[in-house]
Amino acid sequence: MLQTISLLVENKPGALMRITGVLSARGWNIDSLTVARTLDPAQSRMTIVVDIEPVLRRQVIKQMNKLINVLQATDLTDSLAVSREMVLVRVRATAETRTGILKEAEIYGARVVDVSQDGFGLECTGPAEKVEEFIDAMRNFGEIDVTRSGIVAVSMESRKLRVAPPVPAVTEERLSEGLPNC
Amino acid sequence: MSNLMTGARILVECLLRENVECMFGYPGGVTLPFYDVLYEGKVKHYLVRHEQNACFAAEGYARSTGRVGVCCATSGPGATNLVTGLVDSMMDSIPVVALTGQVTTKLIGSDAFQEADTFGITRACTKHNFLVKTAGDLPQAIHEAFYIAASGRPGPVLVDIPKDVFMGSAHYVPVGTIHLPGYKFSPEGHAGQIRRAAQMIWEAQRPIVYAGGGVIHAGAAGLLRELVETIDSPAVCTLMGLGALPSSHPNFISMPGMHGSYAANMAFTHTDLIIALGARFDDRVTGRLEAFAPHARVIHVDIDPVEIGKNRQADIPIVGDVRRVLEKMNRVVAELAPAQKERNAVARREWKERIAAWMAEHPLTPSVSDAEIKPQHLIREIDRVSGGEAIVSADVGQHQMWGAQFIRFNHPRLWLNSGGLGSMGFGLPSAIGAQIANPGKRVFALVGDGGFQMSIPELATIANYNLPVKIVVMNNGYLGMVRQWQELFYNNRLSAVSLTSFPDAEKLAGAYGFPGRTVEDPKEVGKAIDEAVRHPGPYLLNVKVSQFECVYPMVPAGGAINEMVLGPPKPVAV
Repeated sequence: MLQTISLLVENKPGALMRITGVLSARGWNIDSLTVARTLDPAQSRMTIVVDIEPVLRRQVIKQMNKLINVLQATDLTDSLAVSREMVLVRVRATAETRTGILKEAEIYGARVVDVSQDGFGLECTGPAEKVEEFIDAMRNFGEIDVTRSGIVAVSMESRKLRVAPPVPAVTEERLSEGLPNC
Repeated sequence: MSNLMTGARILVECLLRENVECMFGYPGGVTLPFYDVLYEGKVKHYLVRHEQNACFAAEGYARSTGRVGVCCATSGPGATNLVTGLVDSMMDSIPVVALTGQVTTKLIGSDAFQEADTFGITRACTKHNFLVKTAGDLPQAIHEAFYIAASGRPGPVLVDIPKDVFMGSAHYVPVGTIHLPGYKFSPEGHAGQIRRAAQMIWEAQRPIVYAGGGVIHAGAAGLLRELVETIDSPAVCTLMGLGALPSSHPNFISMPGMHGSYAANMAFTHTDLIIALGARFDDRVTGRLEAFAPHARVIHVDIDPVEIGKNRQADIPIVGDVRRVLEKMNRVVAELAPAQKERNAVARREWKERIAAWMAEHPLTPSVSDAEIKPQHLIREIDRVSGGEAIVSADVGQHQMWGAQFIRFNHPRLWLNSGGLGSMGFGLPSAIGAQIANPGKRVFALVGDGGFQMSIPELATIANYNLPVKIVVMNNGYLGMVRQWQELFYNNRLSAVSLTSFPDAEKLAGAYGFPGRTVEDPKEVGKAIDEAVRHPGPYLLNVKVSQFECVYPMVPAGGAINEMVLGPPKPVAV
């Protein structure tokens, strides 16, 4: 199954390598990964989707928390969270298909970001499944080229909301229950 | 107060502040500025003959003292040679700080002479690593490295230092506090969980205490003994935990697992409560996991949350330092004792009797012969001389397993071996580190003829510093453990395991300037060991043991631990 994890990471050299390294060393497959700075330039937010057996989900979080550059690791798979992905699609269009493509794009709320004689560049944002469907829809029109961003996700639970991310509170109880810090 | 210093000098200052008295290393081009400061002798540097052995020696130092071991290597090949030692200390949770030189920052990434991506390569084999970019950053990195190495679950930390950082100058500002917001460990243990655990301990009818290396790292041996005696339960120590409970303790039923005692493995199979302390349910202990301890509930105490629930689910997980947790747990256990002690008294008495019966049924007995030197015979002689007090640094293989089975250890930190990684070549350099850390102590390097030859250059180090290490080579002319597996599982097709042309021990040691001897007569073994021990300096004893002895009991790979092979198949009458 796919597990979505959100990491708050110290923006230090090698941090990304440590995270991907632990995942690959344990034989866990990364489905997607996004990284970008937070409001605090010393920290980055990562959203990683890992393809993993459900029983190992806790292990993933614990392994992430064990890394010294990881300030906070949260499992967003089953929690109240919003996740989005963006895709950029180049689709080849003929005189016959142009209108159809634009109509279909409109249904998915996709925007045209580039137009030429030969076709369109389209941008679509939404939950991964919607993006998936959009890509399928475009494929019907012929040859396409797809670049996906991977998922970014944010928790909607207020206790997980941190405007200025603090040092994670290590609550002994959560730790001893084998639960992640959050 | 601060003053301007070179990076190399700052590094030495930092080492002094960390109370580093000695380090093991091998110099090279980019570490020249550092070695120039070491010349002043503020930190004693021991020159080994290979960087891998610098790390193993640092491990021997750390394992035998509990302090952080320090090793040093130059860039490129120096750093890559450290890798095995780093993984080794990672697997066994040994606090080691490795310092490596790196090419000048400007040259990094240019495939310069002796450049390797040490930071990238050692990411996977350290608890954490640093690449220092300026001399001013050195104090922070070094003190953080020591802190990370020694705290929580200990482990190796590497600091990669470019040559220009050694040569650059900065104001040395001593670091007062360590601020590592992402480094979290919780030593105390959850009070409620500890209370529940104590309750569960008294509820159990057939409990067993399962003590791992964590007990030794935490300095909890005394508390372990207290717990075992209060609840009067059988106890096993893992390969890494040997010595946590004195081997002569009446409740000690030896090591469990692949080559563990019959009683220990049967006890695991029938117990209703495992009290796991600083142990990680390693595959060499559990055998086939699904069949391991099928009736048991589990209390699992470990400083590393990752270990809890990794292999075996815990009914009561307690994240904490074993010492802090046991301090509290013992108190609660004792509090509950008057009310609870009689509760399962009958069942527990029966449990003890069953254990005693298993011990009597298949005791660990060394085979001895008049015709040839049995390896177990040799081990027994080492044990006799040691009397449970000597440091024994073992290599990897059959001798290691026999050592674990038959040598007694009255205290923690006497049995040093590469448990997790199983690195051949570990025994000799580790003994060097241990002897340097414990100059007054008897140190044996118990090695096989295979592993010994992997670290044979270190004889020079031993001679160099006149370290009175007693090197005992259990020489069966084979890579014994591999041969054993070929005999048992590969139709005795002995492929690439025969070690012919072992050097003459007397000449070999003599070439380095210390005595050596080869023993082939069973009657001579005891005398030879006595002679080695009597000699004030280093001694090389090459003992030719029977070639085809196998280690038993043995749980075949993938088997359940109660499915032990207890001895060689009986010869069939023709």
